[in-house]
Amino acid sequence: MASKATSSLPRSVAAHAILISYTVLALFPVILIIFNSFKTRKAIFRSPLSLPDAESFSLIGYRTVLEQGDFFGYFQNSLIVTVVTLLLVLLFGAMAAFALSEYRFRGNTLMGLYLALGIMIPIRLGTVAILQIMVGAGLVNTLTALILVYTAQGLPLAIFILSEFMRSVSDDLKNAGRIDGLSEYTIFFRLVLPLVRPAMATVAVFTMIPIWNDLWFPLILAPAEETKTVTLGAQVFIGQFVTNWNAVLSALSLAILPILVLYVIFSRQLIRGITSGAVK
Amino acid sequence: MSTISLKSVRKSFGKTEVIHGIDVEVADGEFIVIVGPSGCGKSTVLRMVAGLETVTGGDIAIDGNRVNDLEPMERNIAMVFQNYALYPHMSVFDNMAYGLKIAGMPKAEIAERVQTAAKMLQLEEYLTRKPRQLSGGQRQRVAMGRAIVREPSAFLFDEPLSNLDAKLRVQMRLEIKQLQRSLGTTSLYVTHDQVEAMTLADRLIVMNAGVAEQIDTPMHVYEHPASIFVAGFIGSPSMNFLPAKIDTGRSTLSLESGANVSAEGLVLAAQSGREIIIGIRPEHLELASPDRADLTLHIAAVETLGADTLVHGSIAGAGVDGTKNASFAARLPGNARIAEGETLPLRIADGALHLFDRQSEKRIAEI
Repeated sequence: MASKATSSLPRSVAAHAILISYTVLALFPVILIIFNSFKTRKAIFRSPLSLPDAESFSLIGYRTVLEQGDFFGYFQNSLIVTVVTLLLVLLFGAMAAFALSEYRFRGNTLMGLYLALGIMIPIRLGTVAILQIMVGAGLVNTLTALILVYTAQGLPLAIFILSEFMRSVSDDLKNAGRIDGLSEYTIFFRLVLPLVRPAMATVAVFTMIPIWNDLWFPLILAPAEETKTVTLGAQVFIGQFVTNWNAVLSALSLAILPILVLYVIFSRQLIRGITSGAVK
Repeated sequence: MSTISLKSVRKSFGKTEVIHGIDVEVADGEFIVIVGPSGCGKSTVLRMVAGLETVTGGDIAIDGNRVNDLEPMERNIAMVFQNYALYPHMSVFDNMAYGLKIAGMPKAEIAERVQTAAKMLQLEEYLTRKPRQLSGGQRQRVAMGRAIVREPSAFLFDEPLSNLDAKLRVQMRLEIKQLQRSLGTTSLYVTHDQVEAMTLADRLIVMNAGVAEQIDTPMHVYEHPASIFVAGFIGSPSMNFLPAKIDTGRSTLSLESGANVSAEGLVLAAQSGREIIIGIRPEHLELASPDRADLTLHIAAVETLGADTLVHGSIAGAGVDGTKNASFAARLPGNARIAEGETLPLRIADGALHLFDRQSEKRIAEI
């Protein structure tokens, strides 16, 4: 049974109008990139907003992308960096969050604040120092360098969100586990983690997207051909004097795909994660 | 089968002491109920026995072995929680079997134990279900099943019935009692509900502000409450209290209202002139003709319960809490026709007076 407020027609029209206009606004650039990636260079500039038709349709951009440079290699690099970072952030973030929410120890609050500090201070401020460290450790031009930096970048938010969720897991449940003789690790992996899965998905999405899209650290720490990520690879086609727009747009369109797949995997959990606090 | 012994057990959180030394010896197979208002420390005591809270002073022994520094599992106890604390992502069978599996018991034996417990608790047809597909009562049974399959030295219950509705609570109360009787397992049961406490317990521990005010059988606690707190906490409606003074000659007590109450039959250890508080249970008052009445009640509200009629009102003369007119309640037979606004002459039943010291609030012993 719908309540009076939600069934009123003007209200629902207004709500839909706002939501639809926001969706259009958010999707417009993405759609524009995808459409134009299927057009000839002339068509892109003559009428950037029109759909590709029989005359303007062209796969030249995709051909260039696949022929020039090692795009599958770039994809592989991006995927390795993103997935490995994701696993590390989720594992260590959840462990730290569990410790903060579960155990009473001296300096618990301070430790929590210290670990959350990274949310407010951008890691890019430390780029020079990070580069020096990586040079010193001999990790320049390796994927390891990127994974380490991104893990550090992702942990604060992960710990912050997960520790809030872990606090909501019933103490009695954990105590029941202790009385059943479960070790703290078993309690963490078998009881608590399954219950905060929606929160884990939320963290996964928020961690994954900035890493996939990042240009800064790949450019500085791992610009070599064999460690290039997709976003860095696409820069090949942007020159100082000539930019191959077909190729750039095609590369970007391709780059959307894997992250879209990952997002769909997490999204069902994500919705539950966002609403789980509000709706009981 | 085993005994539990607490010797001057204390607990502090930081500098605040919340349990001020509890001593109790629980005999083998005994059902002990710890009862008290919320925040009195009853759950803390239970959690210390379970090993979920550290003990900051004194000793806890199970079966004669000091367990202060043992992990919960090593104490061989099982606990039933208020919100059931079932593993939400496991089936009923796995919920009961998980502890045994962790302990490395052979699969065949686990299955047998779970089947036996499920049969005892009428859970056989639900073994494959998840906890969220069960009703509150069934979940509570699963929680008890999880405790039973471990065949522990002792059961610890932490307000297990608080989340159930009234009718189910009565039914589960009986089931718990029967189960404990048939298994003969030593049990510690925490509740704030005095009806649960009275009906389940072999012995009661009445706690207040971190102190065990009285440890005794339910009937003895009811008939000889050790302090004003215990007297007021056990019994519903709670006991009426009036300030009084022992008259010279010690055969009567004079009340603030000017009335005198006969103290005949009470051999008073206290000297005459001593200021005391008398306690009278609402059920120990009867209607009387005005000339034979001990007290006159000004009725403010009448609650007809069918079998009983509860009458609430006030008595002339200051109450123990400093109010101008002492509030007072009486439990009369259901057929008593009483209207609000009337005055009611009441007689105190013979031998129903409780005497307490006004300073220490402790019971004045009858000799």
